[in-house]
Amino acid sequence: MARLRLEGLSTVMLRNIHLTLEPSERLFLSGVSGSGKSLLLRAIADLDPHQGEVWLDDRPRSRLPPPEWRRRVGLLPTESHWWAETVGEHWPASVTVPELERLLGILGFEADVRGWSIARLSTGERQRLALARLLLNRPQALLLDEVTANLDLVNRERVEAVLEEYRTTHHAAVLWVSHDLEQRTRLGGRRLVIHDGGLEPESCN
Amino acid sequence: MQLIYLSVWDLMLAAGLILLLATLSWRLRLGVERRVLIAALRSSIQLMLIGLVLEQLFAQTHLLLIGLIALVMLLVAGWEVLSRQKRRYYGFWGYGIGALSLFISSFSVTLLTLVVIIGVKPWYQPQYLIPLLGMMLGNTMSGVAIALDQLTRQAWDARGRIEARLLLGGTWDEAITDIRRDALRSGLIPIVNAMAAAGLVSLPGMMTGQILAGSPPLEAAKYQLLIMFLVSGATGLGAVAAVWIGSNRLFDERQRLRLDRLAPPPRME
Repeated sequence: MARLRLEGLSTVMLRNIHLTLEPSERLFLSGVSGSGKSLLLRAIADLDPHQGEVWLDDRPRSRLPPPEWRRRVGLLPTESHWWAETVGEHWPASVTVPELERLLGILGFEADVRGWSIARLSTGERQRLALARLLLNRPQALLLDEVTANLDLVNRERVEAVLEEYRTTHHAAVLWVSHDLEQRTRLGGRRLVIHDGGLEPESCN
Repeated sequence: MQLIYLSVWDLMLAAGLILLLATLSWRLRLGVERRVLIAALRSSIQLMLIGLVLEQLFAQTHLLLIGLIALVMLLVAGWEVLSRQKRRYYGFWGYGIGALSLFISSFSVTLLTLVVIIGVKPWYQPQYLIPLLGMMLGNTMSGVAIALDQLTRQAWDARGRIEARLLLGGTWDEAITDIRRDALRSGLIPIVNAMAAAGLVSLPGMMTGQILAGSPPLEAAKYQLLIMFLVSGATGLGAVAAVWIGSNRLFDERQRLRLDRLAPPPRME
């Protein structure tokens, strides 16, 4: 469990963002496209140059090696990318079989998915497997970027269920970028909008 | 061993072929006639000039002067590498990566050849140093240019894949390793192919020249082998250096992929 704290994050698009997410907190972020939602997530994961510091509890990002930091704040992008031939090659070496099978089960896969070819996966399968791949790293916080945008109803519910389960059992703070108003209201939690480079509460209308 | 001297007339006849090619391009609307003519003109002037310069140069052994010429050769080869890049690094590194890799590879192999293999005294005797260095630079240049171009192009296209690896806790080294390997392979393939086909498909240019100039074929073959091995070694060294420095420059100290260090592609004609 960890508290995620952003301290004065600034990029080309964002001005001096301060934000704290408590352990287990789910925060929805929305905003028109191009407002900098993805940039904010990328900045937290330290993918782009920017100013500011991010903390997980009392550990500042700058004190951790970047790979270690990125494992701890799991960023899941809208579209997943794969570099090897089969699914199993993308899993961390440290993963245990029961843990893997349980996670794959909830996401609707059998254990033989390990040998599946990446090229033959559907969009829904890719996204669910990308989520599995991410959670196997046991991140302390989750940064989700429109992760259900390309999914059908069944898959969206599966992904939401897994994310909710992970959030509550691991007390992970979840920063969730979503366009989907229905999803934001249904799942609940704090809601903010990025506007003009800053964060504002989402007006309830 | 007798040398058959070429007359101006002999060269004019050969140049006629270039004119023919240009006419062909013009008639068939290939649109390369200007480039063909300019390239032919450039090569004539450059080679004639260098011939004149070399005649003067070979007559003396002034280390400083020879060093200067070697430097000029390196700088020009560096520009050549730069001009073959689709996406160049901004700033000094755009030029620096190519020139540095060429320097590391060509100069060290040339030096090794002069001192250890051929054993010329003094080692900087221009009749050996200049043609050897030219051969090394000319060939290493292509390998370095191809490898570097592949590296930056592929990194650009594979941004999502590279960042996915970083996001899952991979180091920059792991994230770029496939691309680095591919780039290196592309840089080495031409010279390896040339080695494999040598003597079967065609006689390599240097060996042909030596035979035409009157050397016994076996001696010419030995020299050709020597040059080929040296060139392969230098190309490998140069490509490794370029890809290594280049891939380092694609990431910063926080292991972020910095594609913003690459300039947009120059407009090709």
